[in-house]
Amino acid sequence: MAASESYPDDLRYHPEHDWARVEGDEAVLGITWYAQDSLGELVLFDGPEVGAMLKKDESYAEVESVKAVSDVVAPLSGEVLEVNPKAVDEPETVNGDPYGGGWLVRIRVTDPGEAAQLMDAAAYRAHIAEL
Amino acid sequence: MVPFAGWEMPVQYEGVIPEHLAVRADAGAFDVSHMGQLHVEGPASAELLQSLLSNDLDRVGDGEAQYTLLTNERGGIVDDLIVYRMRYGHYLLVVNAGNRDAAYAWLKDRETRGTEVRDASDEYALVAVQGPRSLERLGLDAAPPFTHAMGEVDGVEAMVCRTGYTGEIGVELLCADDDGAALWDAVLAHGVAPCGLGARDTLRLEVCYPLHGNDITEDTDAISAGLGWTCALETDFTGADVLRRVKQEGPASRLAAFVMEEKAIPRPGMGIEGGGNVTSGTQSPSLEVGIGMGYVPAARAAVDTELVIDVRGKPRHARVAAKPIYRKER
Repeated sequence: MAASESYPDDLRYHPEHDWARVEGDEAVLGITWYAQDSLGELVLFDGPEVGAMLKKDESYAEVESVKAVSDVVAPLSGEVLEVNPKAVDEPETVNGDPYGGGWLVRIRVTDPGEAAQLMDAAAYRAHIAEL
Repeated sequence: MVPFAGWEMPVQYEGVIPEHLAVRADAGAFDVSHMGQLHVEGPASAELLQSLLSNDLDRVGDGEAQYTLLTNERGGIVDDLIVYRMRYGHYLLVVNAGNRDAAYAWLKDRETRGTEVRDASDEYALVAVQGPRSLERLGLDAAPPFTHAMGEVDGVEAMVCRTGYTGEIGVELLCADDDGAALWDAVLAHGVAPCGLGARDTLRLEVCYPLHGNDITEDTDAISAGLGWTCALETDFTGADVLRRVKQEGPASRLAAFVMEEKAIPRPGMGIEGGGNVTSGTQSPSLEVGIGMGYVPAARAAVDTELVIDVRGKPRHARVAAKPIYRKER
């Protein structure tokens, strides 16, 4: 079931519709409500391997609905520590809970300064209002 | 809503997957009023159509219908369509929206004395109601496939056609354009789920019905596409000589159906290792696996042959499947 639209205040946002929850020197990444709503019900999450190095602003995974494919862009650089098995096995979890059970990967942040370049929730809302 | 052949069409209502599953388990409705309706009338109409359509029109009596191809001189497919015999000297052709003008021009250019071709697409609305409970929900009796008769749904008069594009039993209801909205509302009032273009595509692909423009075109022939059963090669229709030769020599490539063996979704245009390309592909909502069709060298088209699909640069394994990919459990 689809979640209702929200953009939590404790997250940082990338203009390509990805979020990061920074927790010390680690971060959890996912896609925003806007991204999952645009794609429709997800049927496939093709994620990175544990140990892969993500580079900010570059694609690290793909998500697909029945009709569309989208790159998932890294909001921060880092090393993949964990890939959410639930997102792999039941991609529709991302639609139902994009900021909770539908997280995609956990990384070790390699450039802590990058988080300051991301948007807060208010700026991201303004960004999508213009799309 | 997306633009499609000049129409604003809903891709989905509730979602492609729930709509698809509603049709497989119960009943779903599709507004396919964008499809074209061509009338061919006159005492020589049967003779004209027999010379232009691939299937044997002599087998179609009043109240019956037939899936057939409008072919060109190269054996290519101008359009695939359903021809309905209304009565002696009157046939109705339901053609693809994107080919409405091409099919009309093709027929009009070949009118003979005693025939008249007329594009009546703007005079009709068409609602397909498909699924195992579709007849029960609409209060209609069962009837053989590929037949038609006048009927009504809650007082809205329609030509009730036992045809469809989903692999389920069901009807296609052809009514006057002005009655289209009333017919749609009446169908939904019977608890039928509204469905969009997205589910229409996943449903037809699971049962390997070709989509003109993707799987069959003016440059592909019926034999290679696995549509030899729609070609009465003993009759003399346009391009029959080419098709007889392709059949005799064996086609160089064949339209194969395949199922992915790893997590990946094939999409139209993706290359297939060893030659060929994907013409249709999606995630099957019924089987929860990637499925598709594509032309491959004939030697690689046998069921169970391993294929490797180039999914955006990543090799992904698939296996040729028997058509239809999805079979109803009985």
